[in-house]
Amino acid sequence: MIKAVPKPLEEVLDLVKDFNKVLIAGCDGCVTVCEAGGLKEAKVLASALRLYFTQAGRQAQVDETSLTRQCEKEYLAELSDKMDAYDAVVSLACGCGVQYLAEMYNNKIIYPGVDTCFMGVNEERGLYAERCQACGRCILAETGGICPIARCSKRMLNGPCGGSDKGKCEINKDIPCGWELIYERLKTLGQLDRFEKPVDPKDWSTSRDGGPRKIVREDLRI
Amino acid sequence: MSVTTPSKLQKMIASGNLALTSEVGPPRSADGSVIEKKGNLIKDYVDAINVTDNQTSVCRVCSLACCIRLKLMGLEPVLQMVTRDRNRIALQSDILGAASFGIHNMLCLTGDHQHFGDHPKCANVFDLDSVQLIQTVKMMRDEGRLLGGFEFEVRPQMFIGAAANPFAGPNVAMRVSRLAKKVAAGVQFIQTQCIYNLDTFKEFMKLMVDRGLHEKVAILAGITPMKNVGMAKYMQKRVPGIDVPDEIVRRIGGVPKEKQAEEGINLAVDQIEALKEVEGVRGFHIMAIEWEEKVPEIVERVGLFPRPQLA
Repeated sequence: MIKAVPKPLEEVLDLVKDFNKVLIAGCDGCVTVCEAGGLKEAKVLASALRLYFTQAGRQAQVDETSLTRQCEKEYLAELSDKMDAYDAVVSLACGCGVQYLAEMYNNKIIYPGVDTCFMGVNEERGLYAERCQACGRCILAETGGICPIARCSKRMLNGPCGGSDKGKCEINKDIPCGWELIYERLKTLGQLDRFEKPVDPKDWSTSRDGGPRKIVREDLRI
Repeated sequence: MSVTTPSKLQKMIASGNLALTSEVGPPRSADGSVIEKKGNLIKDYVDAINVTDNQTSVCRVCSLACCIRLKLMGLEPVLQMVTRDRNRIALQSDILGAASFGIHNMLCLTGDHQHFGDHPKCANVFDLDSVQLIQTVKMMRDEGRLLGGFEFEVRPQMFIGAAANPFAGPNVAMRVSRLAKKVAAGVQFIQTQCIYNLDTFKEFMKLMVDRGLHEKVAILAGITPMKNVGMAKYMQKRVPGIDVPDEIVRRIGGVPKEKQAEEGINLAVDQIEALKEVEGVRGFHIMAIEWEEKVPEIVERVGLFPRPQLA
């Protein structure tokens, strides 16, 4: 799922401090799972903002809500009756949700309340790690089920580089060398022959390099 | 190994003499005289001179401009290229540009992560990696084709090199496998990471020889003289992928401070003498970091001066 972290309170305060009516909009999707932007976090942020306004002697209204998903119009539409009541909305959804909300409510000020980080897994509660960079052409079948694009700091397709040290990446001793993981897994699977075969330059046009991406699934479209 | 390009380095290797290369680091300013001075210091003592490409991700005069300068001085440059900062358009463009000036040696590298350098906030490129850069320049040279498919007449006549680090782990066998991949991609010579752990290097070379890889690629053993015990400790603890055994630190640290530089040179000389006996070693790559003036002394002391003059 998409992983995000709450923006620092000071940053959000700076965004909304001049408004009188603010809505904090959480999302029940990915950001709820990583505890960055669900209803619980919306309530916490709204309370903090109310406290700030009270201490500042300001008569400001801060409400909270959460939508099933902010990346779908039908759920965003649930806000249509309320929107006029607010000067600004802080969306705690990922960057997709923030933008879709802004797209739907064109004349409303919409601010992000989280920093969207990556697509990853829950290693433990509060410990999330990147696994996929959505390059658009999956190569996991060739790399022992471990993605070098997401897990090698240099996204090498023919790693490891000469900087890995005792199985760790040259940029940080807490990051495992993705290519050593691949090597070990290929060994376990009896597929080490793959390791010595050069992998040709990748077609990055399906990644961000090809411009904003869109999927058109004719089989699903009515 | 036969001569397939106009490279003087390739010719030296093919002659059966031990080849010698060294490297110069470009300055962090627009001062063109720096490379000229460094080149002149070592030109009679080595067969080819590498120019590093923004090494350790620190922005410097570009390798290509410095290589052209060396070439115009009548020297034999090795163009180092990392894939960190340029995509395949820029890399191929630089290869064509280098070849247009008669530069005939290249070292294909992925490059250090920018995290180490003076611009840690920059975007990196890594469109290709070192193996793919080898494939690319080989295709340009042997097929007269760009990665995009365009075919051209005047081909870059590059002697293709790359790096290898026998010490980066997790084991020597994997490091040989990785080098085998570079050989499969078309690499012709290798300059290794600086060698301090001779036992590990010998183990690496034995596996190379067992697989016959030493016949397919010329291994130039990497040597970096230590200036003092501080440098030895720094390299031991702080530089990823470098293996400095304690005995090396003890040897440099075991002499008075004013004698440590001399001991560092003594060590480099001893290392070269020992490596001459290792099967598959075809020469040496002396990386005297900001200490280029010591290269002549090292080369003389190991009996590799004067350099053979090949027709």
